Amino acid sequence: MNLLATILIDGITYASWLFIVALGLTLVFGVLKILNIAHGSFYAVGAYAGASLVAWLLSMKVSPALSIVALMLAAVGVAALLAPLVERGLLRMFYGRDEVLLVLVTYALFLMLEDVTKLVWGVNPYYVSDTYQAFGNLQLGGLSYVGYDLMLVALAVVSGMATWWALNRTRQGKIVTSVIHSAEVAASMGVNVSRIYTLAFMVGVFFAALGGALTAPMISVQPGLSVGVIIVSFAVVIIGGLGSIEGAAIGALVVGLARAASVHIWPPAELFSIYVVMAAILVFKPEGLFQRIQARKI
Amino acid sequence: MTIPPKRHTKRIGAWRAAGFAAAFTLAALPALAQETFKIGIVSFLSGQAAESFGVPAINGAKLLVEAFNKGAAPAPYNKVGFGGMKIEPVYVDENGGATKQVQEMRNLYDRENVDAVVGYVGSGDCLAVAPVAEEMKKFLILYDCGTPRIFEDGKYNYVFRTAAHAAMDNVALVRYLKAKNVKVDTYNMIHQDYAWGQDSKKDFMLSMGQIYKNAKSDADLLPKFGAGQYGTEISALLTKPADILHSSLWGGDLQAFILQGNARGLFQKQNAVFSAADHVLPGLGEKMPNGVILGARGAYGLMSPKSALNDWWFDLYQKAQNVYPVQAPYRMAQALLGLKLAAEKAMAANGGKKPTHEQLAAALRGSSWESPAGMIRMTLGDGHQAIQDTAIGKTRWDAGKKMVMIDDIMRFPAECVNPPANMKSEDWMKAGFPGAKC
Repeated sequence: MNLLATILIDGITYASWLFIVALGLTLVFGVLKILNIAHGSFYAVGAYAGASLVAWLLSMKVSPALSIVALMLAAVGVAALLAPLVERGLLRMFYGRDEVLLVLVTYALFLMLEDVTKLVWGVNPYYVSDTYQAFGNLQLGGLSYVGYDLMLVALAVVSGMATWWALNRTRQGKIVTSVIHSAEVAASMGVNVSRIYTLAFMVGVFFAALGGALTAPMISVQPGLSVGVIIVSFAVVIIGGLGSIEGAAIGALVVGLARAASVHIWPPAELFSIYVVMAAILVFKPEGLFQRIQARKI
Repeated sequence: MTIPPKRHTKRIGAWRAAGFAAAFTLAALPALAQETFKIGIVSFLSGQAAESFGVPAINGAKLLVEAFNKGAAPAPYNKVGFGGMKIEPVYVDENGGATKQVQEMRNLYDRENVDAVVGYVGSGDCLAVAPVAEEMKKFLILYDCGTPRIFEDGKYNYVFRTAAHAAMDNVALVRYLKAKNVKVDTYNMIHQDYAWGQDSKKDFMLSMGQIYKNAKSDADLLPKFGAGQYGTEISALLTKPADILHSSLWGGDLQAFILQGNARGLFQKQNAVFSAADHVLPGLGEKMPNGVILGARGAYGLMSPKSALNDWWFDLYQKAQNVYPVQAPYRMAQALLGLKLAAEKAMAANGGKKPTHEQLAAALRGSSWESPAGMIRMTLGDGHQAIQDTAIGKTRWDAGKKMVMIDDIMRFPAECVNPPANMKSEDWMKAGFPGAKC
């Protein structure tokens, strides 16, 4: 029973981090139809920006607990600065072209941003672990858990629900949904599709950067952050169905629980367990758990 | 009106003279230009290994090349450049995988015409480039990678490794535990799931099997390289109480594991034993738990021996980089020092001319030299694989100095923790370390 509880807690904690990152990825695909490999780079930039801002605040004797707000602001800053630049300055030139070409463009961007982060922040590590320990610990099932990790679970739930609500219960959200269904029809009805694209990309970048910024206190922020996260995020959105928020949530939970169960029961199969679950789901639902089958336009 | 013929002739004469002068200068240029010794230096300038290994090693190389070119290194390394030839380094990023590295190395030899390549941190990269250099008959020094397989499974004429292979690290760790009477009935392990982690785990278990015959392993975790998130692994470790926790994690993975494990009290419950952790001490500072037993894959950094050469190197690096040198720059230094002596020895036997790849290889084979970390001796792999002394110690945060110190340092002679020339490291450990001189 204890083992089951531990697997659940560990799985949900891991899933919450993963969901925040995957949410941005799935949103960008849903609206812009771009499989954005540079999403991992935005995650890394978010981690660097968050770590820099928090390090500065801590040096000004600001309470580590308050630095959580700074981490969110760092993500907003990254999205506000980078997203319009990338979407308007680069991606827009390739809309309507083959989707594979867009994947290659985002891959090129991924490589460039990897060097840009190195040029801006160097290769030395950044530590802001005071924030990680600022929320105390909690005893659950005989084990000590860090309050910060559990707070991430709450934050992931809020992020998911807020995005779902914004898409399904607001006027702006319904406009975005109309663009998801058909950008051409939406444009003919007077929707400024170009603005919706920028907005959706900005939200996508925000979630990538938020994932990175929130991770910064628990790691040493240094080059190479962007690779691992993008691979596992792809697994999440493929399981859930590209473009589906509910799918990203379920996908993150599936990956988190599969990984946690494997680490506790059969550690050598940690990675295998994630991809075997993904393969099994795709056998029965090739389009992912929550993506509707779409009619092909001729 | 006619053009004055004399003036015209004069102008043509001036142009001819200038042309001859230019042609003469161009023809004479190769003879006038000073011959240089070109070294391709390869390490991680980007990616996950850049911060811990690649960039510190390259920084060390730059300092050393500059000192060599000025003739500012202490004797016997005080000749300008290599035997009077200025050194011309070409730096290459190791990031990108083994296939890319093979191509980059071919470019270094064929296009850049380097006289030697010194490089490679990744064991996979070393295993890929070594046979290619051998096939090209080009001189190659592997300065860092740890896998014993290179010279235990293959024979080379042009390839050398100037640092001990990884078997030494875990043999020394287990000998240290025994010497310090650390009680080990059970042990947990966490290693990265690739060649380095798997080999380290195997070496540690084999050594434990000989020295702590009754100790049992419990948790055996193999997270992927670059995992970053260790919450689940820490829970798994906490649910399996053990006397010690062994790990070969390094770089960002090790730092993340320490930060997350510390926050959950892991290191208060299990005595951490890290085989290659010295490089995270300056960055982590007071976040590094006290009492962690660690190695540096050699007698490096705070565990380096006292010597005039080490004092010079330590100060040179610390003043330039504002941090003391850890294992990566030390290993780069011992490679370049060995190369310098080999090049000068080959030149002396060659009438002072630049040595060929064959001559360089002949000069380095079976040689020994003093490095900041002690003597390096090329005794394994038919004189192509180095052995060296190593050291293990225990961490303590010094609030006054605001740095992590290493106490209880024990030094192990090279012959105590490395296999003899006629044995593979795995066989040596399984046989109970025959011939070890401790």
